Amino acid sequence: MSKKDIDEVTGVETTGHEWDGIKELNNPLPRWWLWTMYLCIIWAIGYMIAYPSIPLINASTPGLLGQTSRGDVAIEIAAAKESQKVFRDQIAAKSLVDIRKDEKLFQFARSGGKAAFAVNCIQCHGSGAQGGAGYPNLNDDDWLWGGDLEAIYTTIQHGIRVEADDDTRTSDMPAFAGDEILEKEQIVQVAAFVGSLSKQEVDAEAAKKGAAVYEENCASCHGEKGKGNKEFGAPNLADAISLYGDKQADIIRQVSKPKHGEMPAWVSRLDDITIKQLAIYVHALGGGE
Amino acid sequence: MLEKHERIEKSATLLFILSFIVVTIGGLVEIAPLFYLKNTIEKVKGMRPYSPLELAGRNVYIREGCYLCHSQMIRPFRDEVERYGHYSLAAESMYDHPFQWGSKRTGPDLARVGNRYSDKWHVQHLKNPQAVVPESVMPSYAFLANTDVRTDDAAMHLTANVRVGVPYTKEMIENATKDMIAQANPDSDGADDVKSRYPKAHVRDFDGNPKRVTEMDALVAYLQMLGTLVDFKAYKAEDNLR
Repeated sequence: MSKKDIDEVTGVETTGHEWDGIKELNNPLPRWWLWTMYLCIIWAIGYMIAYPSIPLINASTPGLLGQTSRGDVAIEIAAAKESQKVFRDQIAAKSLVDIRKDEKLFQFARSGGKAAFAVNCIQCHGSGAQGGAGYPNLNDDDWLWGGDLEAIYTTIQHGIRVEADDDTRTSDMPAFAGDEILEKEQIVQVAAFVGSLSKQEVDAEAAKKGAAVYEENCASCHGEKGKGNKEFGAPNLADAISLYGDKQADIIRQVSKPKHGEMPAWVSRLDDITIKQLAIYVHALGGGE
Repeated sequence: MLEKHERIEKSATLLFILSFIVVTIGGLVEIAPLFYLKNTIEKVKGMRPYSPLELAGRNVYIREGCYLCHSQMIRPFRDEVERYGHYSLAAESMYDHPFQWGSKRTGPDLARVGNRYSDKWHVQHLKNPQAVVPESVMPSYAFLANTDVRTDDAAMHLTANVRVGVPYTKEMIENATKDMIAQANPDSDGADDVKSRYPKAHVRDFDGNPKRVTEMDALVAYLQMLGTLVDFKAYKAEDNLR
């Protein structure tokens, strides 16, 4: 290629490569493109100096900026917490009742609780806290374990029927059929009586007989008038709200072999401030006592 | 210089050899350090191989293609950490063959779903996801509750994992089938052995049907341990920033 070979038609120099009479033109890269590439190379050198890059024996060169993606997260979270410090410190220090009274603090706690609820609770209690079959509605004022701030706080902390948590809320209604405590006939009768407690139309005669069965077997937890007892998590049977259905068949099934709900103990997952915020939020949904 | 390059271009063998050398250098610089740099082979306390039942559940997870919609990788971003928990560590996937990091989240990330919901919730949700999450688009996996999990090949699954470097002991392999059944039967004789061989393993009847060990048992056992092995109270994040 000592001699320049110029293509006749275009007047452009060829590379000297030729295939079957077809010659390759040597059009240089556009200048702007070339310079962009050189700039990128220079940029890359600066980048390698500023950020972690070259692997050495134990670690990579850390870079002048000392940036790490894990460090960034820590900084970002710390900054977010710092910006909320005024409120967070107060929530940590004050009792739930005092937080509820302080309007500004209450608003903050409720918003934080709402966010935490969306992440952790809606899978069971529903996005509107409306609950579902077997999962309590948190908007109403019917509480199994108590609806005041402290009670809600404890329930969120220690959950319900969590084996690993010694302070968890536990109650076990016996399986009246499975454990052969009651005859099938008696269960039907007591179901009729329970139905009558919430003013359903039931077989009056069965309900009458059921009253005695109830008195003997159920009243100690659910109360003589079926109002329930929050100490044992015994539900109120005299209202129109029921977790596992209020048809006669549902009641019979529940008396025969009760379903028992479970809730995780959040104390092992969430920090105390978040749990307090959740308690405030749930309490403020509408049914808080 | 350019003229000499012509020689390389015109000889396929030379071109191959020289390109191979270039690619090798690239590989050595980019891949090899990951095997020895201290912060990429970080050791953490608490990791153990999957118990036979968990491994069976993991196989169900892979078979049903759960990874197509669920990732198992919490990236180090504030929004992810606040939603899912501590960002995933490389060591948490050390016994995963293959890993289930995934790249698509139609459903939520599952890297730390363990202990988050009750077994009953999982069973109900797998049977009919819309029963608990009305807006969910997840399909039903109700058949898992009616399908017995294969227990006879448990030892072979463990052995296969040993071949790729998972440190199952001889004792674990010998008792694989027994452990698999025992983990879903808390009152059985072998239940304590499962706990001692596989620390932090949940031993209980997961699917609510104590008579059978189903694929539902296996899958829920697997889901309930995901992301729970490392004790993050003892983990010092600041020692290993990267």
